[in-house]
Amino acid sequence: MTGTPADSSRAPIGAAPGAGLAPVPIADGVHWIGALDPQLRRFDLILRTANGTTYNAYAVRGSDGVAVVDTVKAEFADDFFARLERVARYDEIRVIVLNHLEPDHSGALPTLMRRAPQAKLVISKRAPAMLKALLKTDDQEIRYETADTGDEIDLGDRRLRFLHTPFLHWPDTQCTYLVEQQVLFSGDVFGCHHCDRRLFNDRVGDFRFAFEYYYAHIMRPFKTHVLEALRLIEPLPLQLIAPTHGPILRERPRRYVARYRALSGADQALEPVPAHSAPLRTLLVFYLSAYGSTARMAEAIAAGAEGVPGIRVSLYDLEGGEPGPFVDLIEAADGIAFGSPTVNGDAVKPVWDLLSSLAVVSLRGKVGAAFGSYGWSGEAVPMLEARLRGLNLRVPLAGLRLKLIPTDAELSDCRDFGRALAQALPGVSAGAPASAEPDRPKPVIDFADLS
Amino acid sequence: MAKATLTFEDIGQSVNVPAGIRVIEVSEKIGAGIIYGCREGDCGTCMMHVTDGWNNLTEPSVLEEKVLRENMAGRHHRLACQAQVIGDCSVKPA
Repeated sequence: MTGTPADSSRAPIGAAPGAGLAPVPIADGVHWIGALDPQLRRFDLILRTANGTTYNAYAVRGSDGVAVVDTVKAEFADDFFARLERVARYDEIRVIVLNHLEPDHSGALPTLMRRAPQAKLVISKRAPAMLKALLKTDDQEIRYETADTGDEIDLGDRRLRFLHTPFLHWPDTQCTYLVEQQVLFSGDVFGCHHCDRRLFNDRVGDFRFAFEYYYAHIMRPFKTHVLEALRLIEPLPLQLIAPTHGPILRERPRRYVARYRALSGADQALEPVPAHSAPLRTLLVFYLSAYGSTARMAEAIAAGAEGVPGIRVSLYDLEGGEPGPFVDLIEAADGIAFGSPTVNGDAVKPVWDLLSSLAVVSLRGKVGAAFGSYGWSGEAVPMLEARLRGLNLRVPLAGLRLKLIPTDAELSDCRDFGRALAQALPGVSAGAPASAEPDRPKPVIDFADLS
Repeated sequence: MAKATLTFEDIGQSVNVPAGIRVIEVSEKIGAGIIYGCREGDCGTCMMHVTDGWNNLTEPSVLEEKVLRENMAGRHHRLACQAQVIGDCSVKPA
C-alpha cells in the first residue's frame, strides 16, 4: 500500500486547504482526490469538530475509463478539481458515483457534470427525488442511472459493485465496492470528522473519539438500517474502507465493521431477563414536581403499570439526572411517560431539555404519555403530548391533568392510567392474561366524539 | 353527510367518520400506530397497509403515486396523510 502524499512530510497536521494539492494513491489505480477542512469547528449545526473534517472523494482508473466516487463541499471544489486533474482528463471520466447526495459530497457535482458531460451519473434507487431537489432542475436536464444491490459497472480490468444501504444516514445512501481491489467506498458509514493530512488510519492522530462521536450522532438513529447494511458489508473481503469523512481505514479495516455491529446491537448486557419468561416490556416514567403533586401522580401511575404482568416500570425524577443517560434508557424502552407541572403556561425546562435530546435515537413504535398537576391552566400536558406525537411516538391515552393536590380518587385515576398505559405497550394486550375483556370488540367511536 | 367506518387494525378500534376525511385526521386523534413525518405527502413515513376496502379510499394523486413508488410500496399501500375515506375500510401501519 502506498503512503502519504510526497508534499506532506513537513506540512503541519491538518494544514490549510490548498496546501499541497497532490492526489494520494490509496490502492492500485485508486486515488484520494478529496479536500481538507481543518478550520471547521461545527458540522451541520449539531456536531463539534475539534480538528475539522475532510471531504473524501476518489478516482478509480480502469483499463476502460475512469470513475469518480463522490465529490466535495462546494467551497472546496477547487482543491478537488486540482487533484482530479492530476490523475485523469475530464474526457476519460466514464462514471460519476455519488454514494450520498448531501451537499458536502455533491457540492462539486454540477461543475463536474459540465466538465465531463459524457460521464454517467450513478446514484442509489432512493436518490432521484433528492438529486432533483438539490440541483433544482427538472428531470430532463439530469441524466442519471440508479443502482441496486449487486448492480455492477465494468471499468475494463475492474468492476464497481453497488450495495443499497438506505438511511445511513439519509434515504439515498449507498456503498460502492471495488471488487478486484477489495476497496469499499462506504459514504458516511465508518466515517468521522477528523482532519489529518496523513490520511490513513495507521498514520493519523488518535481519532477513536471522533469515530465514536460520529456514530453516536449520525448513525445511531438508524441502527436497524446499520444492521441491514452490515449484512451486505460483512461478507466482503476488505483490504481498505474509504469513507467520505476522516481517515481512510487500511490497517485492519474489519475492526471498524465489527465496532459498528457492536454499537448497533441492543445493549442487553445488564438487562435482567428471567429464564423461560416472556420478554419484558419496559415503561419509563419521568417527572418533575415543585410541591410533590406531580411526583405523587408519577408514583401512582408507576404502581398501576406494575400491576400488569410482563411490565418493568422505572421511575425517574428529572431533577436528579442529565439528559444523556436518560436518552440511552429511552432508546431501549417500549413506553415513556412524562410528568410536568404547568409553570407560566408551559412544561418546565428539564422536560424540554430531555425531549429535545431525542433526535439521536429511534423512537419509532414507542408509546408516549403525558401527565401533570397544575394550578389554574394546565397547558403542560397537551404541549408534551404534541411534542411526543411530533417525535413520532404513539400517544394512545389522553393525557392526565389534575388540579393542585391529588385526592385519593384522583390517585386511583392515576393508577388506572398507568395500567391502561402498560396495556397499550406493543405486544402487551395481545399476550396479557384475561384480566380485562378478552377478544371483545371495542365499541365503534363516532369521530365527532373525539376531542 | 355520508358516513364511513374506518378501522385501525393495530389497536382494534373502529371510528365512524364523515366521508372525505383523511386517515391522518382520525388516526392521530385516536392514537393509532401509523406515524407521520412531513404530513404533506412527501416523505413516505406514514405509509399504511389497507387490509380491507381498498377501493373505498380516494385514488392516489400523481404525487402520492410517485412517493409510493420511491418508497417501494407494496400492493395496497397508501399514505395516511393523503388518502381520503369514502367508504368502509381497514388500515394498519405498513
